[in-house]
Amino acid sequence: MPDLRYEAPGSLADAVRMLAAAGGPTRILAGGTDVIVQMETDLIEPELLIDIKKIPGLHTITAENGGFRIGAAVSAMKMMDHAALCATHPGIIEGVKLIGSIQVKGRATVAGNLCNASPGADSVPPMITAGAIARVTGPNGSRDVPVEQIPVAPGKTSLAKDEIIESFFLPALPRNSGGAYQRFTPRTEMDIAVVGVAVNLTLDGAGVCTAARVALGAVGPTVVVSDECAQALIGTKVDEAALEKLAAAASAACRPIDDKRGTKEFRIKVAAVLARRVAQQALERARHIA
Amino acid sequence: MTTILEKPGYNPDKQYKIVGTSPVKHDGFDKVTGRAKFAADAFLPGMLVGKFLRSPHPHAILKRIDISKAEKLPGVKAVVTRDDFPEIKAGTGGGDMTRLVMAREKVYWEGHPVAAVAATSESIAKKALKLIEVEYEVLPHVIDPLEAMRDDAPILHDYMRTKGAKGPAAEKKTNVVERLELSKGDIEKGFAQADLIVEGSYDTKPMHQGYIEPQSCIASVSDDGQVDLWCCTQAPWVYRDRLTEILKWDSSKIRIQQSELGGGFGGKTTFYAEPVSIVLSKKAKAPVKMTLTRIEVLRGTGPVSGTASKLRMGCKKDGTIVAVDAELVFQTGPYSGSAFTNAPQAMLTRYEIENVKTVSFEVVSNRPKVSSFRAPCVPQVVFGVEGLIDEMARKVGMDPLDFRLKNAIVEGHKTIYGETFTKIGFVETLKAAKACDHYKSPVPKGQGRGIACGFWFNRGGETTGSMALAPDGTVNIILGTADVAGSRMSMSMMAAEEFGIPVDRVRSQLADTNSLGYNRVTAGSRTTYSSGMIVVDSARKIIAELCRRAAKMWNVPEEGVVFEDGHCRPASSNVGDFPPLSMKDIAAKTTYTMGAICGHSEMNVTGAGPGFAVHIVDSEVDKETGLVSIKRYTIVEDAGKAISPLQVEGQFQGAAVQGIGWALNEEYIYGADGKLQNPAFLDYRMPVASDVPMIDTVIVEVANPKHPYGLRGVGEVPLTPAMAAIANSVGACIGIRPSSLPMSPPRLLKLIEEAKAKGLG
Repeated sequence: MPDLRYEAPGSLADAVRMLAAAGGPTRILAGGTDVIVQMETDLIEPELLIDIKKIPGLHTITAENGGFRIGAAVSAMKMMDHAALCATHPGIIEGVKLIGSIQVKGRATVAGNLCNASPGADSVPPMITAGAIARVTGPNGSRDVPVEQIPVAPGKTSLAKDEIIESFFLPALPRNSGGAYQRFTPRTEMDIAVVGVAVNLTLDGAGVCTAARVALGAVGPTVVVSDECAQALIGTKVDEAALEKLAAAASAACRPIDDKRGTKEFRIKVAAVLARRVAQQALERARHIA
Repeated sequence: MTTILEKPGYNPDKQYKIVGTSPVKHDGFDKVTGRAKFAADAFLPGMLVGKFLRSPHPHAILKRIDISKAEKLPGVKAVVTRDDFPEIKAGTGGGDMTRLVMAREKVYWEGHPVAAVAATSESIAKKALKLIEVEYEVLPHVIDPLEAMRDDAPILHDYMRTKGAKGPAAEKKTNVVERLELSKGDIEKGFAQADLIVEGSYDTKPMHQGYIEPQSCIASVSDDGQVDLWCCTQAPWVYRDRLTEILKWDSSKIRIQQSELGGGFGGKTTFYAEPVSIVLSKKAKAPVKMTLTRIEVLRGTGPVSGTASKLRMGCKKDGTIVAVDAELVFQTGPYSGSAFTNAPQAMLTRYEIENVKTVSFEVVSNRPKVSSFRAPCVPQVVFGVEGLIDEMARKVGMDPLDFRLKNAIVEGHKTIYGETFTKIGFVETLKAAKACDHYKSPVPKGQGRGIACGFWFNRGGETTGSMALAPDGTVNIILGTADVAGSRMSMSMMAAEEFGIPVDRVRSQLADTNSLGYNRVTAGSRTTYSSGMIVVDSARKIIAELCRRAAKMWNVPEEGVVFEDGHCRPASSNVGDFPPLSMKDIAAKTTYTMGAICGHSEMNVTGAGPGFAVHIVDSEVDKETGLVSIKRYTIVEDAGKAISPLQVEGQFQGAAVQGIGWALNEEYIYGADGKLQNPAFLDYRMPVASDVPMIDTVIVEVANPKHPYGLRGVGEVPLTPAMAAIANSVGACIGIRPSSLPMSPPRLLKLIEEAKAKGLG
């Protein structure tokens, strides 16, 4: 167990160089709300911690092409305090609000929530359904990757050893779009999703759903993006029949395990219940968000 | 010298100035600002960090431990194993204790300590742990107590034979520590009189006490064998005597100073790291601090017993309960010590029932040894009892409180365990529950209401304390009983009431074990009662002495002086025309009278009056997910007399919150490998603030005649009916009364589906 080294580079290029040069396990430190806890409980023993909070530009939320760009070091609380973001992306804010306690939210970042690669991460399903794109920086420059392609298995991401998420882009939503996220936990807060469901949908002038995305958290090794669920809504007025179809598709899309947080059987049932509730909430929002 | 125990003198007409008010606790400021020193805040120069190596197996023979590589690591100052502890025969009290602290022949649960290291830093200590080589011969394990009772179960202790077993069962190897029968009357005759018989099987899971402060201690052992130990404990004197036993050390050379306690609830009545830190310190010749992590707390320290019970009860059409038959199983971890005998004694004590049969079993298995927890083993069994009582009330068509009133015991009741009660307040408590706003309000639509009742003995026991008057007339109280819930403030209040001075002129401190005589563990809801006796007795001794000194100063006979409102006054104008002497006036002159004025008292306190509680719960169930929300919760309980009503309410509310956790989500989850899967608060789901409503309280005051202020213990009674009341309310929501805890969403959802299939709910 070599000693731990802590670095706080002043640029992304330096951070990438340090990652590339490291011999042993490394971790990026943003809020640290997962990394520090995992170190304390001996789950990980990194040799190098790279704190990205000193890198200029990673702390801002800026308007871009009618959408938003969110820096990788932006805290959950900062997102919750951003009025325009809250107005257009209530689903993402619902997910962000559920991360840990108030104190944890003051530190935790959405980038960290994504890179921790837990299938139960609350901000990930609504980011996916909102079409969020991660900007990943490495030695050869940047590439844009849809967030659903970042986690590949519990605790594992598609990032190379010397790559860092720099920011997220949330594209502008079409008119009459709405998103929502809900999770099921036995406790009201300070808990991990047993099932989480995010829905984004867009209506036309007649109230018919023209586009939909549905993502299910904690029911598979990574967040499940279900086209069957989306198809259950598209072309309908999100009526009872569509919701019934959605609920069945949500249950069918689950690939859960039995674990300390819930049983397989329970997760499959509750995914259907939540899908229906979340779709109704997204519908309500699509009708009211211009 | 006589004490107040012999002439308690409860005076119902006395008007109080301080008792019955709720001043800000003297220790409150430090706790709110972070200045209070908890065990882990202690620091000694040159102190080392101690860490445990724990077994990864739930059951294995400990074949070989090689510490040579760890000892050679720079920075490592001592490594200890079983070889550093005196051998004590297995199967004895001391033998179990020493094996609990450090495994000897076998490891009995995942997390059982097998070695410990003291090093100059935590990271070196952790590295050293990895260098210790342990050879295990893994054995089959058993977690569930009912499985542990089966003939083909792995046997933990070859020497174990069931105490109290008869016939061939008494001879065979077993995991059943004891079989205990406690009965009265004739249940066959009783059931024959019954118009209605109800029955059920119930199970509850072990629950951790969940104190915020993990155990921490520093031991410093001098070359001549003087031990100084700082730790968080509910039982300094008990720790000292047990250390004497397992370390073969003189008690007089062990000085234990208790720190502020960050919660105990019964869990800090047993030591874990303390003996190990002493042995490490002796070997390293330096102070050693050991602080458990939360994972170690959940993996290594005691929860309370899980239980399985089979109950049958019968009543007449008019609601009279005529017979109860109970078979109760208590899981205790690898060693006896569940205090299960509380359960058959307390489970029905509040009802007048002629025919009762109870058979209880205590069973070992491969999980952490259980420890005390508020009314140990009682709430688990009340969970079933009060469910059946509700069912009987419903089936005979009576209001649930009226049904309980019909069977309620009163003064003069002779309990199943032989005690005859003096004045008790169960009927008053039931009537107060009936009259309270919650019970009178209609059940809101979509919700279910449940009620349940509970009882706890309340305890007394050996207690010692001192009191000293300072030259400025202020008073210092020295207590040996740990302050788990604000008892120091209650002591200051009782002393201030006796003296008739402002409570701010009195302070209470906690002594170390060399500074006072023996104090029994702070447990059993005994402290405010027992140390309260000591405080009142000591204060009255000081008052008598103040009168003697005043008589001396005035040169009048002692009987010519009276004491009131903090002053000595002439008993009448015949004595002389002396201006009153304040406590300060007399205290400032003690050099010229007879020296310092102190009070002291020691007693084996008896007469702690029993307590009774009624809980009323409204809950709502999401029938699609099985999620329970507790909407309204009221506790009605007899406190005898609330010294500080705010603190009594805190006891009630805390118990309700722990009951909600136990009822809804808290459980230990084991894999097939016998390893605990949720040793963290993230997945060991204690309730958070937003999970619980404001808990309303109604304090009933039926004075305990044995105490000068009439108080009864309030720490444990309020947990006893909690899970039963919650389950009764959930049952009212869904149509089937849950019989298994926790009522977690997956379990409850199945029950909801079962109820729907049966057309209930």
